[in-house]
Amino acid sequence: MNDVTLTIEGRQVHVPAGTSILEAAKTAGILVPHYCYHPALPIPALCRMCLVEVEKAPKLMPACQTSVADNQVVHVHSAKAQEARKGVLEMLLINHPLDCPICDQSGECELQDYTYAEGRADSRYKEPKRFNPVEDFGGDVMYVANRCILCTRCVRFMEDVAHDAVLTVSERGDRALISKFEDHDLTHPWAGNVVELCPVGALLSKDFLNKARAWELDRAASICPNCTQGCNTTIETRDNVVVRLRPRVNEDVNKYFMCDHGRLDYRWLNRRDRVTSPSVRGQHADWSLAVAAAINALAGRTLNVLASPMLSNEALFLLGRLVKRLNGKGWFTVPQGPEAPLDGVQDLALRSDRAANVKGAELFGFARIADPAVVLAGLTDKDVLLVADEELAGHSVPPKAGAIVVIGTTQPAWTGTNPVVLPTTNMAEEEGTFTNLRGRVQRYLQAKAPPGESRPTYAVLSDVLIAAGEPANYMIPSEVFAALAASHPSFSGMSYDTLALKGAVIK
Amino acid sequence: MGYPHKSHARETPVLSQHFGDTDAISLSGWRQRGGYRALEQALGMAPVDITNIVKESGLRGRGGAGFPTGLKWSFMKPGDGKPHYLCCNADESEPGTFKDREIMRWTPHALIEGCAVAAHAMGAETTYIYIRGEFTEPLERMTAAVKEAYSEGVLGKNALGSGKRIDVHVHKGAGAYICGEETALMNSLEGRRGNPRIKPPFPAVSGVFGQPTTINNVETLAAVPHILNNGAEWYKQMCLSSPKSTGSKLYSVCGNVRRPGTYEVVMGFPFKDFLYDLCGGPPVGRKFKAIIPGGASVPIQTMEEAEATLMDYEGFVAKGTMLGSGGVICIDDQQCMVKQIGRLARFFAHESCAQCTQCREGTAWTTKIVERIEAGEGTTADLDTLLSIADNMTGKTICVLSDSCAVPVVSGIQKFRDEFMAHITQKRCPYRTTPARSAAA
Repeated sequence: MNDVTLTIEGRQVHVPAGTSILEAAKTAGILVPHYCYHPALPIPALCRMCLVEVEKAPKLMPACQTSVADNQVVHVHSAKAQEARKGVLEMLLINHPLDCPICDQSGECELQDYTYAEGRADSRYKEPKRFNPVEDFGGDVMYVANRCILCTRCVRFMEDVAHDAVLTVSERGDRALISKFEDHDLTHPWAGNVVELCPVGALLSKDFLNKARAWELDRAASICPNCTQGCNTTIETRDNVVVRLRPRVNEDVNKYFMCDHGRLDYRWLNRRDRVTSPSVRGQHADWSLAVAAAINALAGRTLNVLASPMLSNEALFLLGRLVKRLNGKGWFTVPQGPEAPLDGVQDLALRSDRAANVKGAELFGFARIADPAVVLAGLTDKDVLLVADEELAGHSVPPKAGAIVVIGTTQPAWTGTNPVVLPTTNMAEEEGTFTNLRGRVQRYLQAKAPPGESRPTYAVLSDVLIAAGEPANYMIPSEVFAALAASHPSFSGMSYDTLALKGAVIK
Repeated sequence: MGYPHKSHARETPVLSQHFGDTDAISLSGWRQRGGYRALEQALGMAPVDITNIVKESGLRGRGGAGFPTGLKWSFMKPGDGKPHYLCCNADESEPGTFKDREIMRWTPHALIEGCAVAAHAMGAETTYIYIRGEFTEPLERMTAAVKEAYSEGVLGKNALGSGKRIDVHVHKGAGAYICGEETALMNSLEGRRGNPRIKPPFPAVSGVFGQPTTINNVETLAAVPHILNNGAEWYKQMCLSSPKSTGSKLYSVCGNVRRPGTYEVVMGFPFKDFLYDLCGGPPVGRKFKAIIPGGASVPIQTMEEAEATLMDYEGFVAKGTMLGSGGVICIDDQQCMVKQIGRLARFFAHESCAQCTQCREGTAWTTKIVERIEAGEGTTADLDTLLSIADNMTGKTICVLSDSCAVPVVSGIQKFRDEFMAHITQKRCPYRTTPARSAAA
């Protein structure tokens, strides 16, 4: 399609024909205030917040729904446009409870933001406010009707993206509110996204309810580790505790969404039963002694590695090098769950492989097995078992290996009392990359401080490799990744800089 | 004719000629009165010729907007491989308007004939007549008439033996004013919530079921057979004023008036004569104070304005209002204007579809303020607030329901400010003898 040139707020903008004024303004760094518009949803143009002045148009135009035209001159912040938005904001607030001090959305509320930016300082509304009770919508979602601005993003998400029309607008006029259809609940595996989509405090997460104020949170870009999809996320912590996961936009992976399973499965990142210091046969040891003990355990025995597919590419790369150097074998197993697609988005699903880096584990030479118990049962005292952060939930039989080395966040009970334990960080406490099921390599950043003496897995493995006689002097994860990219053709040319926060697909 | 009164000598009964005539309801009765001659003629004509005659006649949409009918029909492009639809808007819900109801009650076959002619002219294979949910009697009449027309071979796959297929379906609405808005009507017809759609796309491009659609008012369609029977020139002659307004127009008259009912006069008829001569003027001992000439959503006229008005599209605009749907609401000097305006606002607040913010919140807010003023609890600042809210509600929403609510408030405050001030200064309604209920209700 041809490009169109227009002027928005005095700036020249070139965009493809058919682009909306709102999206065109974004490219020039101009935000047109809006509520009902969302780039992933159909455009109803009903909040009337994005009204802008288009020269020669008789009326103000909704920027979300009006296409650009050549030589158009658009004013977003003209007196006329601002007056109209001020009018909308006043209308939105007349029946709003103004209960920001007790509202979870406070601090990340678009009603708050725009009202501060361009709303009236006072209200002319003297009549009683409309009242509706709070309603449990099922799933993780609670509806506070009084705060609702009827933007219908939630309705459109459920109908047009989730293809599970649970929500609707019922009643008319100022009695209108969002309702569930009879005998329906927000139990769709992706329904929790309505909380994110809600621009105000009307749809809230029951899980996050009253837990923290938005401004108390620290945020780090991350990747959801709970399945092979690799949804981009933001980890939010308060006082070094993960309190909420939210989707982060990546048009190529998860658009604006993440599933409820991924969203709510974060408590393990805050586990209290972690190993926090290195130990040898139950005795606390400092790091150098513990690494030496691990090398001793490996010496003269056949190396068998049981690796977690939740480990980073960096960790699996180094672990793979250790296996190769010592002529050992590496296995991994993947927890399973039902696949749950989001129908309205192509190739987006909660995958049945419930671990972040299955692809990485395969690429770095580990063999996928359905039942690790079989492998463990076959070990003899000529073998050494290296357990890399694999707990094997439900497993209890101690393997008959000659020695056991645990490099992980916890020490599984079935490893007994004799292993060398090297404590590591979990994915929220380190920086690294995962490779998703489509081969997209994506970075995640550190969100919280690790407990005790635990160190990132790549750092522990670097020390082990060095002690085993292999040069592996990596100080930061980007150096490990650079080495990885240099030695694996499918990663060639990649670096943390080129991956940035959107990732890249392996060759 | 001035149904239920006798026809007045100055009326021009064309559409209303058979109102009250129970024999005209049946197909045979309708045929005896010249019915279906126009359709027979139309089926033998090229569609474009029919459209041209309608264009030539100057017929304009009778639903309120006054868009030239022939021009609207010409937007339809038959033969583009898509199904085409004609919708007849029989969701007559504008307060004070009941002209379409009379057409459907007394001359259901006139509407069917009009629909069939229009469908043929536009190449519309299917016609839907969307009838307001509260119109139980017109619904019965129309349903029976359509059934009769099918069984007599007027409609169906071989309409009047012409070999052409014309299908007409009657659809009952669920009783929402907003479904009279053409795009909301289409949503409702499709089984969706009756919310107006954003335009563009316009119905002629994407209407019912996303297909090219034309939507016409009952009265518009019912006029078409008369134009074919008598010629465009005959229709054009029915005009006493502006040549842009032609033909006869039905008016439904209600309120404080001696002879309420449905009247039919030619375009450009003097409104003063209409009110005092045809309709008999105000009740004995009273005077007209204000007139709402075109249904609830047009500006209120003072008597000075009304008495100087010529009844056509341009004439009403020249006197500060609009022809609208032709629903004439008469208000006499014993009525409280604040109460009347509050009642109108309450109607719009009830009927707002709740999509656009200004309409959803503004209509209800306006109602609360006007009712509070009426209860004697208003201030002068409230009047400024009302005008400011009205400004925010005008020209900023998907459809014009919001504007319609602002119209009586703005025109009311402009023209009857002294009544608002009397409520504010006396802290009571001057027209009430008993104390008002609290406005908080």
